[in-house]
Amino acid sequence: MTSSEPLLSLSSCNPNPSPVELPHPPLNVGPLSCLCPTASFSSSIYDDAQSNSLDAKDNDTVSVGEADCYQKPLDDDSVVTLERFQSAESQFFQPLVLECPTKETRHMVSWGSMELQEYPMTHEISGTTLVQDRVSKSQRIRHRSVQFEDNFSSEENPRLIYVNDPKKTNGKYEFTGNEVRTSKYTVITFLPKNLFIQFHRVAYLYFLAIAALNQLPPLAVFGRTVSLFPLLFVLCVTAFKDGYEDWRRHRSDEKENNREALVLQSGQFRLKKWKKIRAGEVVKVCANESIPSDMVLLATSDPSGIAYIQTINLDGESNLKTRYARQETASTVFEEHTISGLVKCEQPNRNIYEFTANMEFNGQRFPLSQSNIILRGCQLKNTEWVIGVVVYAGPETKAMLNSTASPSKRSRLESYMNRETLWLSVFLFVMCAVVALGMGLWLEQQRTQLDTLPYYRKRYFTNGRYNGRTYKYYGIAMETFFSFLSSIIVFQIMIPISLYITMELVRLGQSYFMIEDKHMYDSSSDSRFQCRSLNINEDLGQIRYVFSDKTGTLTENKMEFQRASVYGKSYGSSSNITDDSMPEASISAGAAERRWKLKSEIIADTDLVELLHKDLDEDERVAAHEFFLTLAACNTVIPILRRSSCSSCTTSDLHEEVGAIDYQGESPDEQALVAAASAYGYTLIERTSGHIVIDVNGEKLRLDVLGLHEFDSVRKRMSVVIRFPNGAVKVLVKGADTSMFSILAKQTDEISPGGNIAFNIKNATQSHLIEYSSQGLRTLVVAARDLTAAEFEEWQHRYEEASTSLTERSTKLRQTATLIECNLNLLGATGIEDKLQDGVPETIESLRQAGIKVWVLTGDKQETAISIGLSCKLLTPDMQQVVINGNSEDECTRLLADAKSKYGVKSAKCRNKGLKYKKNSENDYLEIPDETRTSSVSQLHAGKAVGMKSAPLALVIDGNSLVYILEKDLEPELFDLAIACKVVLCCRVAPLQKAGIVDLIKSRTDDMTLAIGDGANDVSMIQMADVGVGLCGQEGRQAVMASDFAMGQFQFLKRLLLVHGHWNYQRVGYLVLYNFYRNAVFVMMLFWYILYTAFSTTSALTDWSSMLYSVLYTSVPTIVVGILDKDLSHKTLLQHPKLYEAGHRHESYNMYLFWMTMIDTLWQSLVLFYIPFFIYKESSIDIWSMGSLWTITVVVLVSIHLAMDIQRWVLVTHIATWGSLVMTCVCMVILDSIPIFPNYWTIYHLVKSATYWLTILLITAIALLPRFLFKAIHQFYWPSDIQIAREAEILRKWPGQLRSKPGQGSS
Amino acid sequence: MKDFFLVDSRFSQQELPACKPMLTPGLVIMAFIFIGTIFIPIGLVSLFASESVVEIVDRYDKGCIPEKYGKHMVAFIQSKETNKTCLRTLTVPKLMKNPVYVYYQLDNFYQNHRRYVKSRNDKQLRSKAYASETSTCAPEATTANGSAIVPCGLIAWSLFNDTYGFSVKNKALEVSKKNIAWKSDQDSKFGSDVFPKNFQSGGLIGGAKLNSSKPLSEQEDLIVWMRTAALPTFRKLYGKIEVDLEANEKITVLIQNNYNTYGFEGKKKLVLSTTSWIGGKNDFLGIAYLTVGGLCLFLAINFVLVYVIHPRPLGDPSFLSWNRNPAGHCTYG
Repeated sequence: MTSSEPLLSLSSCNPNPSPVELPHPPLNVGPLSCLCPTASFSSSIYDDAQSNSLDAKDNDTVSVGEADCYQKPLDDDSVVTLERFQSAESQFFQPLVLECPTKETRHMVSWGSMELQEYPMTHEISGTTLVQDRVSKSQRIRHRSVQFEDNFSSEENPRLIYVNDPKKTNGKYEFTGNEVRTSKYTVITFLPKNLFIQFHRVAYLYFLAIAALNQLPPLAVFGRTVSLFPLLFVLCVTAFKDGYEDWRRHRSDEKENNREALVLQSGQFRLKKWKKIRAGEVVKVCANESIPSDMVLLATSDPSGIAYIQTINLDGESNLKTRYARQETASTVFEEHTISGLVKCEQPNRNIYEFTANMEFNGQRFPLSQSNIILRGCQLKNTEWVIGVVVYAGPETKAMLNSTASPSKRSRLESYMNRETLWLSVFLFVMCAVVALGMGLWLEQQRTQLDTLPYYRKRYFTNGRYNGRTYKYYGIAMETFFSFLSSIIVFQIMIPISLYITMELVRLGQSYFMIEDKHMYDSSSDSRFQCRSLNINEDLGQIRYVFSDKTGTLTENKMEFQRASVYGKSYGSSSNITDDSMPEASISAGAAERRWKLKSEIIADTDLVELLHKDLDEDERVAAHEFFLTLAACNTVIPILRRSSCSSCTTSDLHEEVGAIDYQGESPDEQALVAAASAYGYTLIERTSGHIVIDVNGEKLRLDVLGLHEFDSVRKRMSVVIRFPNGAVKVLVKGADTSMFSILAKQTDEISPGGNIAFNIKNATQSHLIEYSSQGLRTLVVAARDLTAAEFEEWQHRYEEASTSLTERSTKLRQTATLIECNLNLLGATGIEDKLQDGVPETIESLRQAGIKVWVLTGDKQETAISIGLSCKLLTPDMQQVVINGNSEDECTRLLADAKSKYGVKSAKCRNKGLKYKKNSENDYLEIPDETRTSSVSQLHAGKAVGMKSAPLALVIDGNSLVYILEKDLEPELFDLAIACKVVLCCRVAPLQKAGIVDLIKSRTDDMTLAIGDGANDVSMIQMADVGVGLCGQEGRQAVMASDFAMGQFQFLKRLLLVHGHWNYQRVGYLVLYNFYRNAVFVMMLFWYILYTAFSTTSALTDWSSMLYSVLYTSVPTIVVGILDKDLSHKTLLQHPKLYEAGHRHESYNMYLFWMTMIDTLWQSLVLFYIPFFIYKESSIDIWSMGSLWTITVVVLVSIHLAMDIQRWVLVTHIATWGSLVMTCVCMVILDSIPIFPNYWTIYHLVKSATYWLTILLITAIALLPRFLFKAIHQFYWPSDIQIAREAEILRKWPGQLRSKPGQGSS
Repeated sequence: MKDFFLVDSRFSQQELPACKPMLTPGLVIMAFIFIGTIFIPIGLVSLFASESVVEIVDRYDKGCIPEKYGKHMVAFIQSKETNKTCLRTLTVPKLMKNPVYVYYQLDNFYQNHRRYVKSRNDKQLRSKAYASETSTCAPEATTANGSAIVPCGLIAWSLFNDTYGFSVKNKALEVSKKNIAWKSDQDSKFGSDVFPKNFQSGGLIGGAKLNSSKPLSEQEDLIVWMRTAALPTFRKLYGKIEVDLEANEKITVLIQNNYNTYGFEGKKKLVLSTTSWIGGKNDFLGIAYLTVGGLCLFLAINFVLVYVIHPRPLGDPSFLSWNRNPAGHCTYG
């Protein structure tokens, strides 16, 4: 093997071209752990969340509860313990293996989109199953795209792709072509399919049933065509909208399908339309072109086979990602050559982060992984061309499989509304029953007269063929039944079907205002507020719990390298940073004058710079050298040179000019570290799959990358094996402290001096880590070691085998990693600052005042979490912190019970727990800012005597404990404790645990939950919560895609909830009640009339008026009010967050209001009917005049009713309210001017009568009097908070007056 | 243009200039007083108008049955042999200025019954071309041999057929039957070329027969009858007496009591009434207005009193829920 040969990062570097099939080791040694479903996410932000259970099991066996001691200065015992259990590792994995229930496996497997038979996975399961088990409870909420890593089994059902042989490829298997169709309909299928889809809505079925009933001859209440009108109207509007949308989809599909790509056809790359591309074809894609389908890379313009792609369309991440063509295929010439190969890959699935396959090419067999595939929807960047073979085409591509929308949510208010709709149905039923019963009784009474009644006439009179036959009379029972049905038709709008359409329109309008709100516009990212879900606007006004992610949500996720601990010394504290040009000077003292320009300037610590410029002889110096080498080398960051002559800068000739480097990486932490290394003179300037080039103070250092173990959330570290130019092989590791300290080299006692130093370094580093994390920094531990030839050989062998393996590759790789990730020499640690976003503390404070509980769920360490909690005012120094971090179920039970019984008196708990808890509590003191420390110490001591009930509690719980607690039996305990606490902070939680915690609250209370997050790890939480808010952050668009609302910054949450949430809730609550009222008052008016028509379902109103009432006459003002009305200005609402609690108290919509509205409705309907009844009791008024009077009156009445409740009259409101009155009149006049209607000319007669006008006035006054009176008295003597605030706002009393003493009001 | 954008952004920021009405005590009291002061005069005026209307009501359905048919009223009315003339004497209580409207009032007659309301065909009534159009007229659509009845349907069939002849001091009072129907109905709904055909020719006679030489548009009794009443008790205009009737005059009415309301216990009344701007006699309207107006004034006074006794300063933050109950030391109340 020659070092110059570029090697693939994930593939073997075995010089032997033919892979050697080694006998599989009977039992793998190493951290075997159950495959976590979330491990497939590549984001490293929640990296340290998942795998605590592994450690937990270790701890059990070693019988030292140490999970929460990681960050504390370890004393000798615990270090020894660590070593001991490390050495004992292999032994206690075996028993664990046996514990694993196989059914778990099956369970998990079935989640995947692929059918998998049972296959031996048992040995993989370890302590993490506990997470799994809990997780499986909440699997219904999971996004289906989250899949298990190893759902591919080549033996079962591989997909075979013959390279450049589409015929053979597609012959046996029916793979889809590359044509995509996002459109739903074709011209032929449009009508049936669209109707079918539309009638999935219950409302339409109701319409249809009513219309169908009306077509039956004995029931025809309305004219047959008229009764179809509302349904047809709604259907047409919706069909038109759907049709238009689909037409646009057709057009974009067509455009997409007709794009052209270069496809290898008879030895030549020729243009071919995208839709004609088939699986197995070889396609060439040039720079900046889109990729037509999912392809396995065969070759690229880069000789080492690298290609860069941008995945912004797929996951929203804008940084470039590297993909590699396999070395075996990279040099193949495709044109004019016959090539053949076979790709065996998994069945199409949604997971964009995983791909498992292998390939046979020119007799070689090698594995393919995610880094060898480029996906449809991505763009090729920085690479001249790539050639690949299509493996998934069209609908089977991962992009298309992922394009389904997340399930829609229904608002809480709407479900309450449905409950009330049930009541309305009861009313409807009762009314219909009364009519039917009345009809039956009346017929029974008149039984003998039915043939003589001039207005009934059961039989035909005439002598002809109908002689003596009954006419539309089917016996009393049937008549009663028909009467029931026809009264349903007449009273149909009692169920306010139009309300659903109204609400949709209103929400649309509300979201317009939310989107347009300039206070929720993030200028830095140019992102507006987004309403992705239109169903839950009003839920924003009732949020009780906010679950927030930390990184990227509370913090900016812009990482800045702040502190470094190298060889036991801490650098970068503010004392030894000089912010002038000192460091630059010292750097430029280096050999070369060149410096690399970076986007972010890091102020280097002078001491550290000095150290780096010493000679390479001291240990400390060597450690510092290796430290920065690791930072520069151990990552997956891609340096992109921003200079035109790229080639020249990689060659050795040095230019005087300054090169600018842009680091592209998947993790902001890594970018920060690389940038930091560069600031100290270790600049990563080139990365290929086989080697990296680091500029060490001007000297080019070329390192061969022999292997790379990527970051995963189980190991929580990454390592890279490199070969120095001198042939030495080193493994460089960086990772979370918890995972790192257990694999450091044993400091055996016999080498006392060195051991002591090392030991001291370890101790010092650990105390530095605590310091860093207490400052809110994210910490990583850096270590390295030399590999001996034997170790290297073994590793390489295993690595090769693992990376070519088709099954359980990641597990095998993980096992391989443990071979070398051990006995490491500690180099130091880094502290990266994650800055708080703007306005976070203020927002949290406001939310808290508004009665919203903010819970932070983070993957970070406990200390980091607490310090961030303190800095964003989530935790306040006067709070009692209840810390739960148990390592077993028993311990958690006890901790919870203790906490509950002591109500958070922590000192007692610490006493019980002995040594480590004493430390724990000391540690807690440290977290409290200095000025308050004494007071809280005294508080702690005084705690038991005084009774701490008044002190707010803060619960801090870690993911480890949650694993045990989220089992069924402890959940209630946690719940009790958690809701007693003012703040809950969950650290080191896995993504699915986040969802579990949301579920904890959601399933046990009626309170509304909101989850806010920015990363893929928050998706499950966002989908679980009642309201999911995504932040358009740095971590891609996964969270945004899954969310209901998306915005730019956390601080907008305040405005979203307190202002828009409040308004929306207020508006929709009123809207619903008003719509109930509006329809019910109309129906009840009809009902009273029917009692005076011998229970025959006559309506005095014309058919058209009945139909237009809720559609046209009264609908517009409701919509306008639902969109525009507002009770309080946004200033008032923001100034007094407590006003938000109106939503918690369900002030705008509740049972009481519903029943009051219904009583009011009853009164108003009685007035509506009986006033004209008495006025025209013995008069010559005809039925149509009466109907006309009622129509006008009811519209006037409901309009004035609405007008009385409008709180803010803008021009539009005036136009809508009075305009619809005018429109009603115009419609009446028009309808009465058409001679074919029976009501012809009615209105012209009526307007001449004074009685008519006086009746309208009288009805309006009497009907609204009780309501007005009640409202006046209620507002006067039992004012709601909102009412008071409104008065104060209008009278401009707010400033200053708020703090006036209570009591002065009574005189 | 700049103004436009300004307005536009104020709209999207929901900051448009707005009127924010608020129920201040003053406003409530003003509203009540306003309603009171408007309604009481209206009530008084309408009551006065109602009082000025003179109305004579005479129920004659029972009185017009000879004693011997007392138990067999239906038989009496259905018989073709019986003499249905009936003489009634009415006394004019007050001066009745012309025109005096003559109504007949029926009780318990559900002209608003769904079967009844629908049993007509407007097309047939309107135009000769649709003479055979009887689709909605069942069960009174065609004769035994299938030819269409014009006008068809229950409504026309049951046309009221009592007649009244008035005389004062043995001098006949002329009752004008012109212009008793709506002009619009005559013009547009009842065709001038449509003549009654096959009407009341079947076995069962429902009511009046029509003069088959007169077009429907001139059959005003039919047009009045076919404008179906809203409520089961209704009046229909019979005619107008276009002379003044002096107080205490005795009016003799010769009634042809033909219409069968006995089959369903309906009442028949003859009504003579003058009219005012309010229409017929209608005390309810005035009383209702007075009541509401009085109530509002009463409420206004109450509100004034209550506000003096127990006022609440508007917008006083001390009434806010979190100020009323600050944990522990709540003193307000």
